[in-house]
Amino acid sequence: MKNNKVTNVVFAGLGGQGVLKASDIMSEAAFATGSDVKKSEIHGMSQRGGSVSSDVRFGEEVSSPMVPSGEADYLVVLSSDQVENNRAMLKPNGVLITPDSIDVSQLPNKRSINVALLGMLSSHLEIDEKTWMDAIRGNLSEKLHEINEQAFALGRQTRQG
Amino acid sequence: MSNTERLLLSGNEAVARAALDCGVSLGTAYPGTPSTEILENFSLLGGKAQWAPNEKVALEVGIGAAFAGARVLVTMKHVGLNVAADPLFTVAYTGVSGALVIVSADDPGMASSQNEQDNRHYGRAAGVVILEPSDSQQAYDLMREGLEISHRWQMPVILRMTTRICHSKTIVTPGEKNLPTEAPNFERDVTGRVMIPAYARPAHRKLRAKLAEIEKWNESCALNEVFEQDKTLGIICSGISYMHVREAAPEASILKLTMTYPLPLEKIRKFVDSVQRCMVIEEGDPYLAQCIRAAGMEVEDKDPMYRFGELNVTRVKRILAGDNTPEAAPPKGKPPQLCIGCPHRNVFETLSKHGCIVAGDIGCYTLGVLPPFEAMDSCVCMGASIGVGLGLRHVLPDEQAKKVVSVIGDSTFVHSGITGMVEMMYNQPKTGHVLMILDNSTTAMTGLQEHPGTGRTLDHQPTHQLDYEKLANAIGIERVFVVDPFKNMEDLDKILVESLASEQPTLIVTRRPCLLVSKKIKQYQEKANQTCQS
Repeated sequence: MKNNKVTNVVFAGLGGQGVLKASDIMSEAAFATGSDVKKSEIHGMSQRGGSVSSDVRFGEEVSSPMVPSGEADYLVVLSSDQVENNRAMLKPNGVLITPDSIDVSQLPNKRSINVALLGMLSSHLEIDEKTWMDAIRGNLSEKLHEINEQAFALGRQTRQG
Repeated sequence: MSNTERLLLSGNEAVARAALDCGVSLGTAYPGTPSTEILENFSLLGGKAQWAPNEKVALEVGIGAAFAGARVLVTMKHVGLNVAADPLFTVAYTGVSGALVIVSADDPGMASSQNEQDNRHYGRAAGVVILEPSDSQQAYDLMREGLEISHRWQMPVILRMTTRICHSKTIVTPGEKNLPTEAPNFERDVTGRVMIPAYARPAHRKLRAKLAEIEKWNESCALNEVFEQDKTLGIICSGISYMHVREAAPEASILKLTMTYPLPLEKIRKFVDSVQRCMVIEEGDPYLAQCIRAAGMEVEDKDPMYRFGELNVTRVKRILAGDNTPEAAPPKGKPPQLCIGCPHRNVFETLSKHGCIVAGDIGCYTLGVLPPFEAMDSCVCMGASIGVGLGLRHVLPDEQAKKVVSVIGDSTFVHSGITGMVEMMYNQPKTGHVLMILDNSTTAMTGLQEHPGTGRTLDHQPTHQLDYEKLANAIGIERVFVVDPFKNMEDLDKILVESLASEQPTLIVTRRPCLLVSKKIKQYQEKANQTCQS
């Protein structure tokens, strides 16, 4: 178990932004690669516009469903004002992904920012593009496929430095 | 032939799938975070699932079905089991003929609840088996095992989940179908099911005998697992704590308890004796630690500071290290609020404007306590707004009493406000009272579930609709007003002022569908109309 490398991703933002949808897509993409996956979230009050976060962990074997504070490899924040209250989740040298590095004007629909950020995240992970696309399609209704595929492609091209 | 289907499911989805795979005939519940999605998923999978007005009724309907020989699932949040506690304690005596699994979804840390009670105590108090899963696979397996145990010993079983189990997704491989072989059929059992004292006395003895048998079985069954590793530290845990422990102390020996009532004390004793140092790591109350110590074993326990809130890997590491220094405060996020355009906003603005003393209740509208409204003075439990408001009116000086208003949502009113409304007429305060039903035509807080007042069933099919105004008239309330708080805020203001001045018992229904549900309601209605026409 000692060499068991687990990848930790924390998604954060505000209720209604698609934080949970993003973590659903991430966990299904990881699931499709055959990894062990655990996804955790707290909802209930989440539709009321408050802070929301969701953890996805994947690897050979995952125990706790919650990413310990300071151990996130990637912190994906959908709303810039939610960065500071979540920063402690990130490990030293962990990667912070925010909408600031995306040219939002190029998004076919601003609501797809969650999927655009997944595109950015994807450029760091060893999950092939087809797996991501399947996970996106599986989690969204058909009429949203095209705009989200475009959003994903935009994010994937804009790898954060 | 083993099943190789691999699914990524939440604990709630896993329980629903297991219920389907085991031919559960009926699922019944009142929605409550974090339990709500169990019945919704059971319905989506094709199971017969229905919302009851409250948890007590849900359990009673479940008991009836289980008396008839059916396999039954009843779900609720932790505080819901308080409402259903009356039937629970006696169905432990009567037992059941089919099988009855009651899911209690506890909320340590209170992500969406008014308290963080630990419902494992109900096992010991009522004499009911408690099973605790630690991930979705085990939630699936224990739903099946719970039905087996319930049927074998003819008694109810509590599947005690927690928010992290209910709402975390982990991998599940479902088992083979295990459908019942016998159809429901009524067989009379008067001494077994009619709990007059003469029959209840032997029933209590029978319950204790069954529990003794189960305790013995639990000593050797495969449910409680020992992981022998380094003997310098042994950890006893259950539920989600097991997952945190594995990560926080990968070298330690572990006894993972799954049936936590009745406890396998001899198995625990063997484990305690096998390690140099033994610690109990459990979320919530020190339930296991106290039971184990009461049986004469020496175990270490968490500091009381860890009784509050959820556990996680970091906290488990601190407990193991004996670190009781103050923990860093969690970073403050943005608090939830009433949606912009929510019809409740105008109600709270009006109440605030008139300086009302507001006895509040459980739902989205509890957010009326936060700025900018700050228009709520109490929130205790489902339905309490009416009783608490009346109590205030009975004893406060007149000038204060006249300002008391009880505020309750539509779903909460049906859940446990009706008896409060009866009390309002039966023992009228001399200053009268004002009751407001904030009718947004849904159970918004838990995710837009139907209830008897919406006139639609769990799967959004039309059914009889409860009429609050007629109900109030039947109870004897003459002053009944209905107002759209969004369109006619001025009317609302006028009605409230007049009602407070009237010193008569008054019901004001503020009626406007929740923003999030109004589009859906139109779709349900269109679908129903199409079905009628075709």
